[in-house]
Amino acid sequence: MRIARIGRVAIPVCFLAVFFGWPLEAIFAHSLRPGAIADVVTDPALRRVAWFTLWQAVVSTSATLAVGLPAAYVVARYDFPGRRLFRAFVTVPFVLPTVVVATAFLALLQPGGPMAFLHWRTGVGPLLIAHVFFNVAVVVRTVGGFWANLDPRREEAARMLGASRARAFLGVTLPLLAPSIIAAASIVFLFTFTSFGIALLLAGPAHATIEVEIYRQAFDFFDLRTAAALALLQIVAVLAVVFTLGKAQERRGIAQRLVGAVDSARRPRGREKLLVGAVIGATSLFLGAPLAVLIWRSLHIGRHWSLGSYRALGSSASATTLFVSPWAAVRNSIEFAVIATAIALFVGGLASVAIAARPGRATRTMDAFLMLPLGTSAVTVGFGFLLASEHVPRSVANSWLLVPIAHAVVAIPFVVRAVVPVLRSIDPRLRDAATMLGAAPRRVWREVDLPIVTRAFAVAAGFCAAVSLGEFGATLFISRPEWPTVPIAISRFLGKVGQIYFDQALAMSVILMLLTAGAVFAIERVRVRDLGEF
Amino acid sequence: MLTVERAVVEFGARRALDLVDLTLNSGETVAVLGPSGSGKTTLLRAVAGLQRLDAGRVTWNGDDLVRVAPHERHFGLMFQEYALFPHRDVAGNVGFGLRMTATDRAARDLRVDEVLELVGLAGLRARRVATLSGGEQQRVALARALAVSPRLLMLDEPLGALDRVWRRRLLTEIRSILDEAALAALYVTHDHEEAFAIAHRVAIMRDGHVVQVGAPADVWRAPADAWTATFLGFGPIVAAEVRDGRVETPWGPIERHADAVPGAVEAVLRPDAARLDDAGRTAATVTRSVFTGTRVELTVVADAGPPLTVVVAPRAAPAAGARVRISIDPDALLVYPRRAD
Repeated sequence: MRIARIGRVAIPVCFLAVFFGWPLEAIFAHSLRPGAIADVVTDPALRRVAWFTLWQAVVSTSATLAVGLPAAYVVARYDFPGRRLFRAFVTVPFVLPTVVVATAFLALLQPGGPMAFLHWRTGVGPLLIAHVFFNVAVVVRTVGGFWANLDPRREEAARMLGASRARAFLGVTLPLLAPSIIAAASIVFLFTFTSFGIALLLAGPAHATIEVEIYRQAFDFFDLRTAAALALLQIVAVLAVVFTLGKAQERRGIAQRLVGAVDSARRPRGREKLLVGAVIGATSLFLGAPLAVLIWRSLHIGRHWSLGSYRALGSSASATTLFVSPWAAVRNSIEFAVIATAIALFVGGLASVAIAARPGRATRTMDAFLMLPLGTSAVTVGFGFLLASEHVPRSVANSWLLVPIAHAVVAIPFVVRAVVPVLRSIDPRLRDAATMLGAAPRRVWREVDLPIVTRAFAVAAGFCAAVSLGEFGATLFISRPEWPTVPIAISRFLGKVGQIYFDQALAMSVILMLLTAGAVFAIERVRVRDLGEF
Repeated sequence: MLTVERAVVEFGARRALDLVDLTLNSGETVAVLGPSGSGKTTLLRAVAGLQRLDAGRVTWNGDDLVRVAPHERHFGLMFQEYALFPHRDVAGNVGFGLRMTATDRAARDLRVDEVLELVGLAGLRARRVATLSGGEQQRVALARALAVSPRLLMLDEPLGALDRVWRRRLLTEIRSILDEAALAALYVTHDHEEAFAIAHRVAIMRDGHVVQVGAPADVWRAPADAWTATFLGFGPIVAAEVRDGRVETPWGPIERHADAVPGAVEAVLRPDAARLDDAGRTAATVTRSVFTGTRVELTVVADAGPPLTVVVAPRAAPAAGARVRISIDPDALLVYPRRAD
């Protein structure tokens, strides 16, 4: 028993120390070389990059709130036909790989697309819109989930005390919602601040986020010192933001009674029907159009229906672009996803049991430590792997196994976030009840804990697979040309000039979307409790 | 026979059980009665083995249970709010203990049906427990505890979450099920009416101590101290003086038996102490009359002394404002030596 307990703590800690701590250390080592940080801070071009990263994140976050809050309100307060479907649909963009989102917007805006007349192609506009598209789910699920559990009688009480409808909303509901809005905004801000895939593919060469700049410095200019300094500054900035927002949330976190399982939603009446219809229609159009166009264009060559883009994936021409056949990339992605999921479930599962078993200072520290990869961007992880691999034998540094391991590092926080609350929520009296009915301790775990946790693990597994399938930033640094994943393959196709390559990128994106949807389908089946839990 | 001897359980500096002694004879039901935080549930968990004793011991027929793991004690425990397994249906819950004892499937099914029949839930085997009403969940919990034929059944506030009608019905049913099985039971509750109705003997707990053990009628007739009397709903409580075989109360002198020790006392009125009596020596005014169906509770303000409650039949109830005379039953006036504080 004692050995098992030590293992539960030691295995996750060692895993992350080697595959997260060490890469991070490598970044520190490089960035702390004399002059590295000073050069970055004084370089006007890099200061522009930092400024752009910040303001695009602020604008993206505000716009996401503006689009997401009405949908959150409608989902939380009104019961309408297809409400569950709408909730599920809103979540779709969030679990889509960033590369797919970028390709979908390119399909919309590039010549031949329905919105090509805007002549936007790439730039700040597409970047911001894609960020909103990607992150609306965070607002709808986090704020909407919270809003639905907020007792509407409180607002009614305010009305009875003489407050107007607007006053009751501003004075009662909004302050109560504030913690969830802040939580959603922080998550969106962090995602957009560390945006890589979308920024790289959509913002165009003139606009780089810090993430993109790290990649360029490392790969285009081979300036590891500058890249490392940027990565360090980014980590510091992210930690500062996480800390500040965490404090704000703490201060705002008024303990309150939620309605719980009782659904407070009701059918819309009269003019409300118009409102509900408009919000659902607009949101669905905004979220549906890019995906519909992506699928539609992947099935067309020129103006005609055709499976040509998919067939071209098997041709030798596309194999030379990738060094291997695109179908090999699909196989790589699936294999990596399976391995990454297995690692993440094993390591994250052990950690979850340890964290849930003994609430206390030590496990809280461990919890925080496990969350670090969440606050670190994928590019940082990948770049850290690259730097750390200088110090290991070539056979290890070149191993394909590093790709699923990096994916697992990114996915472990999701596993812990999904499993710990479930483990904690198991009523200890259920275990006592099983004991009193004659179950020995091991049997109690098998009969009570395991069946309940299995559901949480299923959710986590779906999420891990989705994360791994769509992972782009870290993979770009680690993967070798001989074994590309689907997102890497798509980005290579997009980097080539020529309609035929773009068509193949579309086809690959649809395939990746279907793969991810397949993995995530399991999540909606067993019901994601709340995306706001991380 | 179960005995608890000088049992101590400490939570940090606080003693949840402080030298508790208790015996439970075969076939007997003892109610553990006390306010929340008095240590009732801790006592139950200590007997079950779910809570380790810091001192003292628990024995069954003379055998010390310290080294016997809770799952090997063959005690049944019905939890407050039931703790049904949410991932199993009714039959899965009720048959759980039988599965642990590796009873074969056919015998298990038979027994599950039998117990469900006993608690009046025949035909609900395949229902999910989340879809059951509170009363049904309570019965499933009871059936689950009974299915393995435990040698002792413990019930922790089993009726706490139910409404009045269900409480009364289930109380009678539990009593008859216990009788039928001749099962020894430990019944924890904070409600003295429930305790009196179900138990052969009542053990009253306060701050980790057992302050009184006795048959319901005896406890009602003579609570051990003023605290116990007020906990049972007696009152008002007044300062009084015993002199010359009489109790000098604010309402006037009341005759007492010879056993009353002279000196300063606390006097507590049992709810049935005050009566309307034309020959009574206390004059009073009815200030409020509360109709509760089978009876009327009058609040009566005596010309001297604090207000009293008098219970009368609806037919005989005077209206608010009426002048009445009341007498106080000497046997229902309980006196306790006044504490130093």
